[in-house]
Amino acid sequence: MNQAAATATRTVTLEREFAHPPEKVWRALTQPELVAEWLMRNDIKPVVGHRFNFRADPMPGWNGVTDCEVLVAEAPRRLSYTWNASGEEAKTGIKTVVTFTLTPTKAGTLLHMEQSGFRAEHDHDRFFQGAQYGWQKMLGALEGVLSRS
Amino acid sequence: MRSAPPDDVFRSLADPTRRAILERLIREGELTVRAITEESGVSQPMVSKHLAVLKAAGLVRDRREGREAHYAAQAKGLAPLVNWLEHYRAFWSARFDRLDDLLKRMDQ
Repeated sequence: MNQAAATATRTVTLEREFAHPPEKVWRALTQPELVAEWLMRNDIKPVVGHRFNFRADPMPGWNGVTDCEVLVAEAPRRLSYTWNASGEEAKTGIKTVVTFTLTPTKAGTLLHMEQSGFRAEHDHDRFFQGAQYGWQKMLGALEGVLSRS
Repeated sequence: MRSAPPDDVFRSLADPTRRAILERLIREGELTVRAITEESGVSQPMVSKHLAVLKAAGLVRDRREGREAHYAAQAKGLAPLVNWLEHYRAFWSARFDRLDDLLKRMDQ
């Protein structure tokens, strides 16, 4: 692997138009009880510097917690927060930034989501250096996937 | 190294005997086919068959020494299963469906 591939970060983007005004979509993105209904349990506040968590059910190899900090909160246009692995995974797990951009349209709101900072190749290398740890985690996660399918 | 398609990896691990063989190779390091057979509870031809499937999926590698084949787990073989980008792409797409449902239920 060359150096560029090792340090490059990658991004997941998703865009969808919702038939609702930006103010309403903004509430669904920033009010904890509403966010919980479509994303995960949380204690979000649209205040720059606010630290919060997303909480999913724990599974083998992951405590289910995501560490976040609000970076941008410009109602009702832009919301950005860090999205990092928590607990034991904090060192080896993902460190990303999630950014929502709301654009008013005739029909409602165009919502653009970008999650950036994935360092896939780099992480795999590091992850698999501690082979024992990595393998056990992966097999644990795999059991979960297989039992659901 | 080229990774095997995720489907191959999943399929090869869907079998409990193969999973047990792989877990043992992870735990104990390189083993001969004979050593693997001794604790597997299945015949040597069956073990060889399972090892061939694991090898095709990129999960183990083999090495000949004299008349014996030695097998070892290959950690990178599981990489297709930790493709974070694919994982999150699917995750957000499903969550946006739920967001749409929520918006329909919310008051203006």
